[in-house]
Amino acid sequence: MTEPLKTPLHDMHIALGGKMVTFAGYSLPVQYQGVMPEHLHTRAAAGLFDVSHMGQVLIDGPDWDSVANWLETLIPVDVLDLAAGRQRYGLLTNDAGGIRDDLMLARRGDAAFLVVNAACKADDIAHMRATLPAELTLTELTDRALLALQGPAAETALAAYAPQLKTLRFMDVADVTLNGVPCWVSRSGYTGEDGFEISVPNDSAVALAQALLDQPGVAPIGLGARDSLRLEAGLCLYGHDIDATTTPVAAGLSWAIQKVRRPAGARAGGYPGADIIGPQLINAPDTARVGLLPDGRAPMREGVAIFADADAQTPIGHVTSGGFGPTLERPVAMATIDRALAAPGTMLWGEVRGKRLPATVTPLPFTPARFKR
Amino acid sequence: MKFTEEHEWLRIEDDLVVVGITEHAAEQLGDIVFVELPDEGKVVVKDDEAVVIESVKAASDILAPLSGEIVEVNTALQDNPGLVNDDPLGDGWFFKMSVEDMSQMDEYLDEADYKKLVG
Repeated sequence: MTEPLKTPLHDMHIALGGKMVTFAGYSLPVQYQGVMPEHLHTRAAAGLFDVSHMGQVLIDGPDWDSVANWLETLIPVDVLDLAAGRQRYGLLTNDAGGIRDDLMLARRGDAAFLVVNAACKADDIAHMRATLPAELTLTELTDRALLALQGPAAETALAAYAPQLKTLRFMDVADVTLNGVPCWVSRSGYTGEDGFEISVPNDSAVALAQALLDQPGVAPIGLGARDSLRLEAGLCLYGHDIDATTTPVAAGLSWAIQKVRRPAGARAGGYPGADIIGPQLINAPDTARVGLLPDGRAPMREGVAIFADADAQTPIGHVTSGGFGPTLERPVAMATIDRALAAPGTMLWGEVRGKRLPATVTPLPFTPARFKR
Repeated sequence: MKFTEEHEWLRIEDDLVVVGITEHAAEQLGDIVFVELPDEGKVVVKDDEAVVIESVKAASDILAPLSGEIVEVNTALQDNPGLVNDDPLGDGWFFKMSVEDMSQMDEYLDEADYKKLVG
């Protein structure tokens, strides 16, 4: 087995008492104090996450239109109309209409800055390079780390270094100097809380992380709480809730496909799988991603089969992510199920260790989003 | 009191064997959010799955350390699974077994040897 890769913050995690695990090929902390207290701390104050394993990719060209028009051949979202200083959620699709990866796409002048999943980044980059026009350049920014500062105390903590960040709204991006270092900041995250994601040069990452941890209310948070926070926030985890076999429509991500890219839109289609995804935007597919609240205390974890009633022979779906929600103080899950049974309030049954246990279809997110709109 | 290498403790109390997990195990598991206990009256063979513990992170099995009958389970854990974290050697016990052959206990570690195992 190959040695896991290390992020620039690796030694700091160990010094902070992080319990290290290998995730997507990287050695990262699963927890410091414990998943439960870290989760609750993030919702109550602020959590600092090392997400440097994620891929950071810059695509530049002679002008925005040439960058955006090419990206629209790979991504079914409106890239062309993205204003400078704004960010948008996007998806790379495959020819079957499935999702190759999900990503964040920010406009930096005439360049597009993409943040992609660690486990997918090599494939994503090869996929993009395969059709990259000669006039564009694609650079993987391996010289940059990525931090996320999330929670109600995040704004105050970060504004101590750059007061102008208070004026950013959800999904705005800005270049600011933090702790003496030029950084790329977006007001976004993966917890459902207000917060920021900060791209910082590798050699300045530890000093910035340390400076942020010195701010009131900021604590380091591991991968365990990152997962429980995003699950309560109803956010998809690639490879679990979405993958190469789920379409954006089946995954409940149609909102990410703006009208201009939909059938009858001015720039409809033109991306991989458009012949499948386009019609699904008009006639929904047979499956849907839903939130599920188990009635009892037993968590329904990934893979648990879901049934329409206590005695049914054939499952109508399965849990794609599930666990315990510390903020809700009860188990929470997301599942892919038969769309006919996906209405909120529908009672279904999950089979946990041979026992059928009731669960109720519930609108996502489980915890209200607290973005600064 | 005896200990298994799987971090269970066994204590003889009124001819019954009380079973729980050690402080070391509870700490490793993290915050416990659900405990699935066996039915009272269930007859188990050593190494049968007896209890499932769910932490925030994952589910873990606890195997029956002895062959015998489960005569009582700690129903307080149904409403308060955190007792396993708070008091693993006391109020966080799982079940009591009646065991015909108490010599089964002999193979397990005493406290000094268990402490060596977990360092």
